[in-house]
Amino acid sequence: MDLLRFITAGSVDDGKSTLIGRLLYDSKSILIDQLEAIEKQSKNREEGEIDLALLTDGLRAEREQGITIDVAYKYFSTPKRKFIIADAPGHIQYTRNMVTGASNSDLAIILIDARNGVVEQTRRHSIIASLLSIPHVVIAVNKMDLVDYSQDVYNNIVIDYAKVARATGLKDVKYIPISALQGDNIVERSTNISWYEGGSLLDILENTEVQKDLNYKDARFPVQYVIRPQTDDLHDYRGYAGKIISGVYRVGDPVVALPSGLKTRISGIEINGKRVEEAHVPQSVTLLLEDDIDISRGDIIVKDEALPKTEQELEALVCWMDAKPLVPGNKYLLQLNSRVVRAVVKNIEYKLNVNTLEKDYSPGRAELNDVFRAVIKTASPISFDRYDELRENGGAILIDETSNVTVGACMIQ
Amino acid sequence: MKQYRSDYLDHLESEAIHIFREVAGQFEKPALLFSGGKDSITLVHLALKAFRPGKFPFPLVHIDTGHNFPEALAFRDNLANSIGEKLIVRKVEDTIREKRLTEPVGKFASRNALQTYTLLDTIEEFGFDACIGGARRDEEKARAKERIFSVRDEFGQWNPKLQRPELWNTYNGRIHKGENVRVFPISNWTELDIWNYIRRENIQLPSIYFSHEREVLEHEGQLVAYSSFIRLDPGDKIVTRTVRYRTVGDMTCTAAVESKADSVEDIISEIIATKTSERGETRIDDKVSEAAMEDRKKNGYF
Repeated sequence: MDLLRFITAGSVDDGKSTLIGRLLYDSKSILIDQLEAIEKQSKNREEGEIDLALLTDGLRAEREQGITIDVAYKYFSTPKRKFIIADAPGHIQYTRNMVTGASNSDLAIILIDARNGVVEQTRRHSIIASLLSIPHVVIAVNKMDLVDYSQDVYNNIVIDYAKVARATGLKDVKYIPISALQGDNIVERSTNISWYEGGSLLDILENTEVQKDLNYKDARFPVQYVIRPQTDDLHDYRGYAGKIISGVYRVGDPVVALPSGLKTRISGIEINGKRVEEAHVPQSVTLLLEDDIDISRGDIIVKDEALPKTEQELEALVCWMDAKPLVPGNKYLLQLNSRVVRAVVKNIEYKLNVNTLEKDYSPGRAELNDVFRAVIKTASPISFDRYDELRENGGAILIDETSNVTVGACMIQ
Repeated sequence: MKQYRSDYLDHLESEAIHIFREVAGQFEKPALLFSGGKDSITLVHLALKAFRPGKFPFPLVHIDTGHNFPEALAFRDNLANSIGEKLIVRKVEDTIREKRLTEPVGKFASRNALQTYTLLDTIEEFGFDACIGGARRDEEKARAKERIFSVRDEFGQWNPKLQRPELWNTYNGRIHKGENVRVFPISNWTELDIWNYIRRENIQLPSIYFSHEREVLEHEGQLVAYSSFIRLDPGDKIVTRTVRYRTVGDMTCTAAVESKADSVEDIISEIIATKTSERGETRIDDKVSEAAMEDRKKNGYF
């Protein structure tokens, strides 16, 4: 049994919450007391049937306003897989939430209302999915019941969307006609849509291969913490604790610590205090090195076959997440895995319209939910990869040092 | 090329260890809030994996309401002893006395809400800047929206509308003086994941998680342990039932379930077959209001 993280994206009334409610309900992940609670609420709001969308509305503040204000995480599993759903709201002002939810998703379900077809928000969600390099995308054409399960309507949307997929560079795109409300093609294949030959949405979610999305080639190990017991019997023990974010490490491998460039070999690998010969992504391990070189939190231990770039200047696509605008010249902290360095956003090259992909080359400053390309200079060197090549070592955050808030998400180019 | 595979529990375990080490790397004075329940016992197990052969870079802290199950307290002391880590216990009773707090009254008078006072005092006493807890997002709707690193102000309050975006596996734990961060390494685990992990890792638990005979009061469909902490009314009948606990909190606000399951294996089969959620079945305190947890969290509760 493995794990799939996915995000659902859709416009306000595309039925996203209903879809998640349906997945949870039909996969029997909803239990009686939770159903009773939503039955009670459905009655409170004077609606006839159980409103499955209520299963995903978290906070009372949201229920009162009938909106979703933040990313919520939901869980269900089948005998094949455990699923983690990041439920991000679809309103325009919440681009930052979708970026957050998308950042560690393996797959995105983008909902399209069959009656409306591809709309501005569909493009935006697709562009964000592409910016965040989500490996797999499922286009779920929802509310098929409201267009009489028409194959023509569906086919036209598929043709329309294929243009979006091409423009945004999405690679693995699958299409499926559904009705979340009626349960068509969600868990079981629907007899109402007999012309559709693919599997149900759950089939797609269960069978999308994600193991090979992991990178076993480029070894990256950001050091989080140094374990030094300093007891009599472990006097010289120095263990570098961290998580292998990509690649494979073996005892005896020559390694380089960056940004210093100091070289040594792996003398031991420990998992749970036990010695192992090799370890791989995504394991959390402790590395022991042959030489006592100066390594601390924030350094990254790599193998010297495919080195990341180590520089003091980088270019990134940045999603701005703070109400305070970004003005070029502003200083921030940049955090990439365990490394934190001072940084200045030198200039904004262009702002990207996330609805049309148009570039605005005279943007001035960047506001909340803007996506822009910028040159960032750092006070000390940082070792990074291109985000679209190695997501795990190419995504960084910007932190406002005065408020301590995370204000930007950087996809390093 | 060689094929590597990782089970879903491997992913969850590695993520949790990573979070533990981020706490160690980012904070000066963290603490692990330990309740004696299965989730916090799992946290201790994960912390051992994260930091051995070194010591934990934090003490275990237990906020003792005085209404705990004796079995859970004994287990707590044994565990802290056997792993040789520091255990700090602070009692709600002392806070009630020193601060002249009003004890709740009623049939199942619960000190659950008063815990928050003792917790905040303890955070202040030791200057803890990060408190690690075993909350899971599947437990409850308000939890589903909380970050793994959840910043609280100096009153311990959670502001759901002002949460930091949490991207990739990057955790921003920077805070101002007086603030603290609540950290939830097993956010992404479900009840069933915990039990599957307990089985895989052969983690020992307090005996009350397994089937045993107990004197209980049957009240509105829930079985509440008979103890001196609950008020008996005329007509109340104490009966002996074969029960186990799905969650272990206070004796006054945790209900037992009838069960003959006396092994982890049997418990897992029961959970898979069950029709009621963990909180719904066993937490007396959540039934009060739809938004009970949301309100308590805003006030500094875990």
